[in-house]
Amino acid sequence: MRMNGRFGRFGGCYVPEILVPALEQLEAAFLDAQDDPAFSAELNDLLANYAGRPTPLTRCRNLSGNIYLKREDLLHGGAHKTNQVLGQGLLARRMGKTRLIAETGAGSHGTATAIVGALLGFETVIYMGSKDIERQKLNVFRMELMGARVIPVESGGRTLKDAINEALRDWSASFETTHYLLGTAAGPHPFPTMVREFQRMIGREARAQILEQLGRLPDAVVACVGGGSNSIGLFADFIDDPVRLIGVEPAGKGLDGAEHGATLLRGRPGILHGAETYVLQDEEGQIDETWSVSAGLDYPAVGPQHAYLKESGRADYVGCTDAEALAAFKALAENEGILCALESAHAVAHALKLAKAEPDSAVLVGLSGRGDKDVAQAQALLA
Amino acid sequence: MSRYAAMFERLNGTGAFGAFLMLGDPDLQTSARLLDAVVEGGADMIEVGIPFSDPVADGPVIQAAAQRALSSGVRVGDCFDLIAAFRARHPDVPVGILTYANIVVARVGFMRDAAEAGADSLLIADVPSLEAEPYALEMKQAAIEPVLIAAANTPESALKRIASMSEAYTYCVSRAGITGTHAGGQFDSGLVQRLNAAGAPPPVFGFGISTPNHVRAALATGARGVICGSAIVDLARSGGDVAAFVRALKDATRERVVTAMD
Repeated sequence: MRMNGRFGRFGGCYVPEILVPALEQLEAAFLDAQDDPAFSAELNDLLANYAGRPTPLTRCRNLSGNIYLKREDLLHGGAHKTNQVLGQGLLARRMGKTRLIAETGAGSHGTATAIVGALLGFETVIYMGSKDIERQKLNVFRMELMGARVIPVESGGRTLKDAINEALRDWSASFETTHYLLGTAAGPHPFPTMVREFQRMIGREARAQILEQLGRLPDAVVACVGGGSNSIGLFADFIDDPVRLIGVEPAGKGLDGAEHGATLLRGRPGILHGAETYVLQDEEGQIDETWSVSAGLDYPAVGPQHAYLKESGRADYVGCTDAEALAAFKALAENEGILCALESAHAVAHALKLAKAEPDSAVLVGLSGRGDKDVAQAQALLA
Repeated sequence: MSRYAAMFERLNGTGAFGAFLMLGDPDLQTSARLLDAVVEGGADMIEVGIPFSDPVADGPVIQAAAQRALSSGVRVGDCFDLIAAFRARHPDVPVGILTYANIVVARVGFMRDAAEAGADSLLIADVPSLEAEPYALEMKQAAIEPVLIAAANTPESALKRIASMSEAYTYCVSRAGITGTHAGGQFDSGLVQRLNAAGAPPPVFGFGISTPNHVRAALATGARGVICGSAIVDLARSGGDVAAFVRALKDATRERVVTAMD
């Protein structure tokens, strides 16, 4: 490896030996591409003219306080996921791979991978927990429409964690022809760094937009954290600013019980899916089954840079329950005419709390995705 | 002399046969009996899994074995007890632990407990040579021999690290992929030669060993042994005669004498 792949003590490359050369190849391709103007030109063209960047920054007109929404929900594909799959798709082509595999929770990353598979002509296979398939049937069809094959994963809790296990197993046998298009800023090096860099424009754009609209930096930047890619993308360009960074974890049915996915709040350091990071686990190191109303946040580990931002005190992490997220989902729809993803609703919920506590603060919220995929679920839950 | 070194000396050039079982699969009592059965069948060394909820290097057979053990409530301490009892019954058979990093880091004093139970080596499936140094040091301080994996695609720089850090044997992965999903591997004599040239501990092939012909093919590369896992675990699950199965594979190791010139 050319980089050290650590964020303080967190990160690293904890994979079976057989996968190390594939990760070294990926790191080399990523670093070489960073220095290649032709790569940047093609990526920027796709981001602008295919995906629809830059995305707007919307000031909430009716919700009280000073809330600004970074509208990744308006990106092609309906979530921030599209940003980084375009980057990784171009890298996969650069490495001569012909097949993409990916895991998906809510289906957003699977959909994004199916998009880039169709666009750049890859055979595309998506691993998805069978429980998530039940929760997100429409997204499965969406992926299949774009030519991806969706493989149900029946092991473990049948959610995102198990889909990642299965994708890693596939990759152990297929890395010569296949790129594992990991969907978040977690996993083994170089994924946490690479995915952050391919999501960094969220914060870069938002920073310039809020400086233009508000004339100053926001007081707080708030984003939901599952694996942590939209939040790290939003945070990255604010890390050196005097701005509070707040990650919102899924508190599910409450942080005092077992049914949540609040890794940084209730987990402890461990090693899962290639990285040393915070992990929800029992005292023996067996991984907990997690819970969140939003499949995309239902994950027992977290990107290692978030573990570092927590331990260094640079970012704060808070929880938001299913009920609070649903209330925020509804409030945003009723007041602003925006249906956001249940994942993003966690960030909105915390922003609403902040706006109430400190009405003069400007709060920048990462609205990571749109809520079309969640409408049926919300209908059942709000009934 | 370590139990592994004594075993290789005792075998005098014939291949070592390693049998893998998941500790606590399907319960502690059956597991203890299966450990004895593989020794009765002629296994020279025992590799035991400590179950982990998310075993990414394992195929369906070993995944299911880990799940059975965890479902029956087996804990890490129980696994050490099984090893200690095995050690009391079989003082000379080398015992290697195979598990995952999170199980090791979750338990303060894992290496010491493993050594006290009588284990000889430890292979952590998701700690590649790139990350292995602090683990290998801790193992050596506890008198546990580190075992690392080498594959055909492992570059020279990594083989050097493996050679310098590991003891006992080198676990050679016979093909890309995970444990147990395809019968037979490509047994790469180039890998064996490269490991020998790097001064690595004796190469032993795992992954894809389930018939006497696989054993012969693996040993024909000059490897010093083989490890059979999924086939034994699957047979045990279905109630087959594990000792007889091991005996047939062990017999195949006696057919060819590996010399230092190979």
